[in-house]
Amino acid sequence: MVRVLKLELRGITKTFGTLVANDHIDVVVEPGQIHCLLGENGAGKSTLMNVLYGLYEPTDGQILIDDKPVVFRGPSDAMAAGIGMVHQHFMLVPVFTVAENVALGAEPTKAGGFLNLEQTRKKIKDISDKYGFDVDPDALVEDLPVGVQQRVEIIKALVRDANILILDEPTAVLTPQETDELLNIMRQLKANGTSIVFISHKLREVKAVSDIITVIRRGKVVGSTQPETSTTELASMMVGRSVSLTLNKAPANPQETTFEVRDLTVVAPNGQHVVDGISFDIARGEILALAGVQGNGQTELTEAVLGLQERVSGSIRLDGHELVGRSVKQVLSAGVGYVPEDRTVDGLVGTFSVAENLVLDLYDKVPFAKGISMSPAKVLENASSRIEEFDVRTPSAMAPAGKLSGGNQQKVVMARELSRPLRLFIASQPTRGVDVGSIEFLHRRIITERDRGTPVMIVSTELDEVMELADRIAVLYKGKLVGIVPSGTSRDVLGLMMAGIAPDDGASQAPSTSRAEGGDHV
Amino acid sequence: MSTTATAPRPESTTPSSAKGISGKPVTWRTPIVLAFMAVVALLIFGILGPNQEASFGISSGGDFFQLPAIIVPAFAAGIILSIILLGLAGWTIYLKTKGTAAPAWLPVLFIVVFVVAFLIWVVGGARTPSISLAGLIAGSVTLAVPLVFGSLSGVLCERVGVVNIAIEGQLLGGAFTAAIVSSITKNPFIGLLAAALAGAVISMVLALFSIKYVVNQIIVGVVLNVLVSGLTGFLFSTVMQSDPQKYNSPEGLPIVEIPLLSSIPILGPILFKQSVVGYLMYFAVFAVWVGLFKTKWGLRVRAVGEHPQAADTMGINVNATRFWNVTLGGAVAGIGGSFFTLVAIDSFTKEISGGRGFIALAALIFGRWNPIGAFFAALLFGFADNLQSILTIIGTPVPSQFMAMLPYLVTVLAVAGLVGKSRGPAASGIPYVKG
Repeated sequence: MVRVLKLELRGITKTFGTLVANDHIDVVVEPGQIHCLLGENGAGKSTLMNVLYGLYEPTDGQILIDDKPVVFRGPSDAMAAGIGMVHQHFMLVPVFTVAENVALGAEPTKAGGFLNLEQTRKKIKDISDKYGFDVDPDALVEDLPVGVQQRVEIIKALVRDANILILDEPTAVLTPQETDELLNIMRQLKANGTSIVFISHKLREVKAVSDIITVIRRGKVVGSTQPETSTTELASMMVGRSVSLTLNKAPANPQETTFEVRDLTVVAPNGQHVVDGISFDIARGEILALAGVQGNGQTELTEAVLGLQERVSGSIRLDGHELVGRSVKQVLSAGVGYVPEDRTVDGLVGTFSVAENLVLDLYDKVPFAKGISMSPAKVLENASSRIEEFDVRTPSAMAPAGKLSGGNQQKVVMARELSRPLRLFIASQPTRGVDVGSIEFLHRRIITERDRGTPVMIVSTELDEVMELADRIAVLYKGKLVGIVPSGTSRDVLGLMMAGIAPDDGASQAPSTSRAEGGDHV
Repeated sequence: MSTTATAPRPESTTPSSAKGISGKPVTWRTPIVLAFMAVVALLIFGILGPNQEASFGISSGGDFFQLPAIIVPAFAAGIILSIILLGLAGWTIYLKTKGTAAPAWLPVLFIVVFVVAFLIWVVGGARTPSISLAGLIAGSVTLAVPLVFGSLSGVLCERVGVVNIAIEGQLLGGAFTAAIVSSITKNPFIGLLAAALAGAVISMVLALFSIKYVVNQIIVGVVLNVLVSGLTGFLFSTVMQSDPQKYNSPEGLPIVEIPLLSSIPILGPILFKQSVVGYLMYFAVFAVWVGLFKTKWGLRVRAVGEHPQAADTMGINVNATRFWNVTLGGAVAGIGGSFFTLVAIDSFTKEISGGRGFIALAALIFGRWNPIGAFFAALLFGFADNLQSILTIIGTPVPSQFMAMLPYLVTVLAVAGLVGKSRGPAASGIPYVKG
C-alpha cells in the first residue's frame, strides 16, 4: 500500500425529487483512520456513500482526493481512484465461484479474451493468508456462510488496491462472534494503511472501533465526535433529542402457562425441515424472545402458529385449544395478535388509508360492519382514538399508510394488533427499520401488554433488543432449539448459541471478561 | 485473526438455499409416472401390438459401405420391451420403498426404451412397415436447424437478463429478408447476411423498448411477433406476389459435401453434408458455449443476467451489455430464419416459421439455458417433428392429426414433466433500473 489517500466530501447534496437525502454534507476522512458515519435508518448515510462510490451523481458538491477535485461517473472511476465498497446487501453473484466474483469487472485474460482465473486465485490466496480469511477461491458463493461472503466482498476491494474501504452496515447480517471478527479485520486493515468509512447505527460497535465519529441526522451532519463520547450523548445526537436507552421494566410476574408448543416441525417446499422438533411454553405475563441469526426458522415458526405454513406437524396449544390445522382467521379469533416481520409486505396495505389499515382484521365485525355494508364513520372514529393512543404521526387518518415513516407504520400495525383483547401476542422484528425514538415507545407497549397478563413471543435478530425485552430467551439455529436461557445471560453465551453451540459447552468457551460498553443497551 | 474462530458459523442464512437438499424426501412422482407408462406400453405396444415385421434401414444409397436393415418382429419386440419397462418401473418402486431415489440415468434409459418400443409398434402397424433410420435422423437434424438457432438466440438473451419471446418474429423476419434479398441479388450469401441484419433490427426494437423504456419484455416480444407476421404477410401479398419471379425465387445455399466423410452411414449426412447454415449451426453452438463459459465477455454477460447490481458496482455497463447481447441474439435467430427460404424451401410463404420460435423457447428451457443442452433439446423436437411426417407417409394406425400433435406433445411433456425444477438466470425478465 504505497498511496495513502486523504478523502474529502465537500458540500455534497443529493436530492430525489423533492426529497433531500443529503444536505450539504462535509466529511474529511484522514489517511489510515476508521471514520464512522453514525445515523439512524434513512438518515442518508447510504446515499452519501453511493455518491462517493459513483453510483449516484451528486446534485451539488465536490469529492476531493488529496485535495484535488475528482468526478466519478461510475463505480469504475471510484475503484480506479482507490475506493472500494462493501454493500449492505452483498454484490456477489450467487452462482459464481469466489474467484469469478473477484475477477468480475477486471478479468485477467489470455489471448483472445479467454479468462485466466489462475492469477485471481493466487491473489485471493495471498490476501486470504495475509488476513487469515480462510476463503477457498473455487467455492460457490451461494454455499458460503454470510460472514465468509462478506470477506469475499472485502477481498474484491483489496484486489483492486483499495486504499479507502467503505463498509455499509456490515454487521447487520452477522452473529456477535462474526461481528467481533470483522472488527478485528478492520483494525488489521487500518494497521496496513487502509482507511475505512464505517457506516452503522449500532453504538457499541461504533465506539469499539472508530477513530472519529460523524453523526448524520435527516441528511445533515450534526457534528463530529470522539469514540469516548458516552452512548447516551451519541444517541441523542443521532435522534435529535434525549432518549432513554435503558428500559426500566418491572420484573415479570409469570402466571399459568397458556401457550404450549410441542415437537413443532415445519417442512419447506424443498423438503428441508426449517423448524425441527421445537417445544416450548410461554406463561401469561412473560415475554419469550426467539433469538438467532436471520433465516434459522424464526419466520416459519411464527407463520406456523398463525396457520400460514402448510406442512406443519406437532402441536401448538393456546388455552388448551389446538391451533395446528386451523385457518388464519380461526387463529386470529382465538385471540392471537401478530406483528409480521415485514410490515410493508405482510403488515399493511400501503395504498389503503391509515384508518382502513387499522381495521384490516375487524372490518367485517360489528361495529365496523353491519350485514354487507361498512360503517366509515366508525372506522374513522376508531382510527382517531388509535392514532392518539399510539402517537402515530400522520397527516390524517385518510393518508395512505405507505407514505408514513417506518416507525409510524409499525405503530399502525401494533395499534391494530393490540386493539383486541389478546390471548397471545407475537411480534416479529418489532423495531426493524424504526427510528430510535419510536423504538422506546414500541418496547413500552410490548411490556404493557405483558403486564396485562398476555403471553408474549418476540422474534428479533437484534441481540440488544432481545436482551432488553426478554424474560426468557430461546435461541434457534438451523430450525432447532439450541436452548432456553434466562434474560440475564451474557452476550457471549448467546452469541455462541446463535452459532449452534448449546449453553453448557458454550459457557466454558466464552471469555468471562465483560465488554467495555457492557452497560449500554442500544 | 486470533479470535473466536472456534465457533462454527451458521452455514447459510437462507434455509431454502440449494445446498440443503440433503433432507429432501424421495417422492412417489417418478415411480408412479414410470409404472403408468410401462403398463400403457404393455397394453398397447405389447398385448395389442401389430403382428408384422418392422424394418429399419440404416444405410442410404451413397454410403461407402452398406449395412443390412434391421428387421424386428413387432409383436415379440413389443412384449419384451414393455417387460423391460415394467422391470425398470418396478425397480424405482423398490428403491422408493427403501427410501432412495432412482439414479438419474434410469428415467433416461426408460424413455429411450419407450421410444424404441413406440417406433417398432408404430412402424410395425403401418401399411408399409419399413422406414429408413438414416433418413429419420438426417431429417431430424435438418428440421432442428432453425430451432437450434432460435434457442441459441434465447440463450444469448436470457443469459443477459432479457426474455426473448420475439424469436418467432426474428425467424420469420430472417426468412423473409433472406428470400427477397437473395432473389434480387441472386447471391444467397448476401441473403444470409441480410437475414442476420433483419433479426438484429427486430431485436434492437425489443432491446430499446424493454431496456431503455422498461416496457414489459413479454409484451414487447408478443407485439413484435404480431408486427413481423403482419408486415411480412403484407409485403408477401403486395410485393412478392406481384412478381414472384423477381422477388420470391431466392437463390438457395449450396449443400457442401465433404468427400469420403459424408459417406459414413448415419453420421455422414448429419455432420458432413450440410448447407453453410448447417455448418454454421455446429459452429454457433460451440462458439456460444465457449464464449459464455470461458471468456471475459461470457463472465460479464452471466453476471449481468444473474445479479445486474453486482455487475454495475464492478463497473460493467449493465444496459449496454444487455442491448448488444440481445441484438446479437436477434442476428443469430435471423440466420436460423434464412434456413427456411435458402435451404429448406425455395420460396417464402406466409408464416413460414410456423411457431418454431416458440418451440425454440421450449428447447432453451429444456436445455437449461445452456447452448449444448439447447442444441440437444432442439434435436429432440426436430426428431419428433420429422417422425410425425415420416409416419404419416408410411400410413400408421394412428390418425395423422394425432401424429401432427407429436412435436408439441413432446414439447409439453419435456418442459413440464422432465425438466423438473431448473433454474434460469436469476435476473431474466427483470429490467435494471439504477438506484
